[in-house]
Amino acid sequence: MDMTGEQRIAAPKQAVWDALNDADALKASIPGCEEIEKKSTTEFSAKVSLAVGPVKARFSGEVTLSDIDAPNGYTLTGEGSGGAAGFGKGEAKVVLTEDGGETVISYTAHAMVGGKLAQIGQRLIDATAKKLAGQFFENFASHLEAESGQPEAVETAAPFAPAVAPAAAQTNEAGGQSLFWGMMGAALIILWIINH
Amino acid sequence: MEAFTEKFGIGQPVRRKEDQRLLTGGGQYTDDINIEGQVYLAFLRATYAHARIIDIDISAATTAPGVLAVFTGQDLAKDGVGRVETDIPLKELDGTPIFKTQRLAMPTDKIRFSGEPLAVVVAETAYQAKDAAELITIDAEELPAVVTAQQAAAQSAAAIHDKKPNNCALHWENDSPDAYDAVAAKAHKIVSITLTNNRVVPVPMEPKCCTAEMDTESGRMTIYAPFQGGRRIQEAVADLLFDGDGDRVRQFSDNTGGGFGTRSKIYPEIIAICYAAKKLGRTVKWLGDRSETFVSDYHGRDQVNSAELAFDAEGKILGYRLETLVNIGAWVSENGARLAVDGGGRILGGAYVIPILYYSCRNMMTNTVSTDTYRGAGRPEANYIVERLMEKAAEELEINSQELRRRNFINTFPYTTQLGMNVDCGDFADCMDMALAEADWAGFAARAAQSKARGKLRGFGLASFLEGAGGRPEEIMRVRFEEDGAVNIICGTFSHGQGHATVYSQILSEKMGIPFDSISLIQGDTDTAPSDASGTYGSRSSQMGGVAIIRACNIIIEKGKKIAGHLLQAEANEVTYEDAIFSASGGSVTMEDVAKAAYDTRRLPDGLDHGLDETYHYTRDGGRNDQSFPNGCHVCEVEVDPETGTIELLSYTAVDDCGTVLNPLIVHGQVHGGVAQGIGQALTEHTVYDEETGQLLTGSFMDYGMPRAKHLSSVEALFNPIPSTNNELGVKGAGEAGCCGAPPAFVNAVLDALKPLGIKHLDMPLTPNNTWRAIHDSETQGATSRWI
Repeated sequence: MDMTGEQRIAAPKQAVWDALNDADALKASIPGCEEIEKKSTTEFSAKVSLAVGPVKARFSGEVTLSDIDAPNGYTLTGEGSGGAAGFGKGEAKVVLTEDGGETVISYTAHAMVGGKLAQIGQRLIDATAKKLAGQFFENFASHLEAESGQPEAVETAAPFAPAVAPAAAQTNEAGGQSLFWGMMGAALIILWIINH
Repeated sequence: MEAFTEKFGIGQPVRRKEDQRLLTGGGQYTDDINIEGQVYLAFLRATYAHARIIDIDISAATTAPGVLAVFTGQDLAKDGVGRVETDIPLKELDGTPIFKTQRLAMPTDKIRFSGEPLAVVVAETAYQAKDAAELITIDAEELPAVVTAQQAAAQSAAAIHDKKPNNCALHWENDSPDAYDAVAAKAHKIVSITLTNNRVVPVPMEPKCCTAEMDTESGRMTIYAPFQGGRRIQEAVADLLFDGDGDRVRQFSDNTGGGFGTRSKIYPEIIAICYAAKKLGRTVKWLGDRSETFVSDYHGRDQVNSAELAFDAEGKILGYRLETLVNIGAWVSENGARLAVDGGGRILGGAYVIPILYYSCRNMMTNTVSTDTYRGAGRPEANYIVERLMEKAAEELEINSQELRRRNFINTFPYTTQLGMNVDCGDFADCMDMALAEADWAGFAARAAQSKARGKLRGFGLASFLEGAGGRPEEIMRVRFEEDGAVNIICGTFSHGQGHATVYSQILSEKMGIPFDSISLIQGDTDTAPSDASGTYGSRSSQMGGVAIIRACNIIIEKGKKIAGHLLQAEANEVTYEDAIFSASGGSVTMEDVAKAAYDTRRLPDGLDHGLDETYHYTRDGGRNDQSFPNGCHVCEVEVDPETGTIELLSYTAVDDCGTVLNPLIVHGQVHGGVAQGIGQALTEHTVYDEETGQLLTGSFMDYGMPRAKHLSSVEALFNPIPSTNNELGVKGAGEAGCCGAPPAFVNAVLDALKPLGIKHLDMPLTPNNTWRAIHDSETQGATSRWI
């Protein structure tokens, strides 16, 4: 599945970039993150407890960064495995654009999930993704706020879904599957961000 | 005596003797059976659809609480557990035999579909087993997944089995295309169509389950599992685990929550469970959950058909060309690769005379669970193709579709189909006339106008069909008259909803003139079933088992005459039998007296065996080509809401020629069930695998659309019985006909409704989304003006 989306963060580009590359900032932001380790400048590993409907599992993930163009963007390649619960993997290109002192994180992603996560989880990914995304960006913004000490500069992102929905609708011309693919993609983005 | 044949004999609407028990919670299903000391098993299943196995790490699972053992395919291989062989005697035109995949219970080399079992955990409780299974880690190198039959046929496709790089298990052709091409060259019109026959999940109410009881003292295993005929599983487990010694394996099923063909298969899970039970010397119980049943029960259908009919100027069919791609899944299962060839092939062309046929059928292996028999098993697909084609042809030839059918119906019998089936009788035109009259075809135009006034599109659809039912041309039944006058029918056929206890009793009651209530059915146990008894599939039990009962009764009557003659001091050939009374030279004895005497050696004439107990091995005259040929005409009326794409089934009329109707209540039930499954496939059911990853996306009831009561209308089921000449009961198997008639009748009705919009084609399932999209596209493309 392919999807695109964007998220506005009320912080300067460099600050957002730094936070996106900071294990502590990510650990604080990712819902259910138990540990995150920056193994090198381009490799992260993480353990995250995640529930998508009835599928609950502890996912172990590895994410590699490439095409790094600080502070403008990079490519994430990652895979997270929840054992019998299934796996998620894929690639996302992330671009940061400064806009009036704020930063727009935009991404294009290609993703896939497998196992029970695909079999029974996909109908519930919509709600899960919205919830996790909301939590992530809320946490991420709070973290930046605390770091920068400029509460007024932090404007929590608008709900995630509206940013995603148009992209999802665009990416699929095949018809009936479009919404659900979009939602799958949304969830995967979250998984990556989580794993990142 | 006449009273109960009038009430309970052949053709009477006898209420099912099974129902009191089943409807009051008295049924005993596999999970209801618990054995003292049983332990529980869970499977770890593959999450990848295609991957090379590097390592399966079971260390964490083996030390988890309550765990008794963990086994992988390697353990089974080390213990010499072999492969499940398939025995399909089909060859390609050049003599190449079908590719045999030789499946292990759990693979050691590669993962070939998402959901494939990779390891089992046995623990003291079911939850401990499931928890421990989640601790197993699989290290595997993912390979590109091949998901659809078209993908599998592509040059660049990854090979599912290294020994068969082109993924084609069998490319079957009946002949070269030359003969067809010659008639096509002279044809007035060629009409062609490409159709997808959507994959469906069988979804029996009872999930896949099995309890294997190992008696270490006797060295004997009992397998409790829902199964449509236990001999095959007994043989398979004996071959793989007990050196071929069938005496050491018993298979037992009491009640079964639906079969539909999918419960007639030797699943690898059963082999793995039996292995674990034998290895541990314990009773091992497994209840698959619905998710596991979705990914691992063999699915049904899944074909892509490119078909064409060549017509002369009068609208008569000159020839039929069909190229079929079947997605048979990862493994060549027992029947998967023969359904389109043997199952559908036998009646290709349906109700119509086909002078020349070219049929090419490629059975493609993919990274999906295998497909195999599902109610109809090839015949619904075959009828769907030709009935869609006939509607399209009628439009292109500008001949009324009913008239086009009439011009081409098979009407001289016996008729031999292109693949050699001898259709003995039928009256397709009469069935169609009955259906049109009952459904008030004459009033359709007025009803359509009313619908239009309400903003709805109304359509009328029709499908004539030909079924071929009977399966293996042999069956064995045992009929035992007990001393107390009771009668037991002991068999290897297995009623999993068909009502055999009732119907067999009716047959026996009618034949022998004995009370219906004195007759019982003993089934589902390989310890009691006659050796080499077969099972219930292919709508065969009445026509095979029923006839075997009649013939066993004939032997019993002859033996009874000898006993009666002895008792009456008359010659056996002077004794007559009627309505349970043996009479000779002024005297008479009852069947009950004779049965008593049969078990009393002092009252038996010399030379007769003790007892009144006969086993009859029935072999159908003419073999497999002379089975029964149920047929009929189904029509339905639908209303489409153009704003939402929602389709409402307004009425459904089924006229079935299923030969002699043994019990109209039960046959009505068979028709209703078949129609419901057919409408399910046509309207809501769709199995979706992600075409990139091979993941089953419709893996639960949240996403897989089972038909609900609201999707159906009442079904008017009428019979037009023309007794089969291929068995002495005159019956034609009724169980699968509904699935043959319903999909084409329904889709034809929807296309009829959508005709004003210029929509000429839709593939099943006709979900509101698919239908709305077609409507929307027709409007935005501006091909037609808005219909109102």
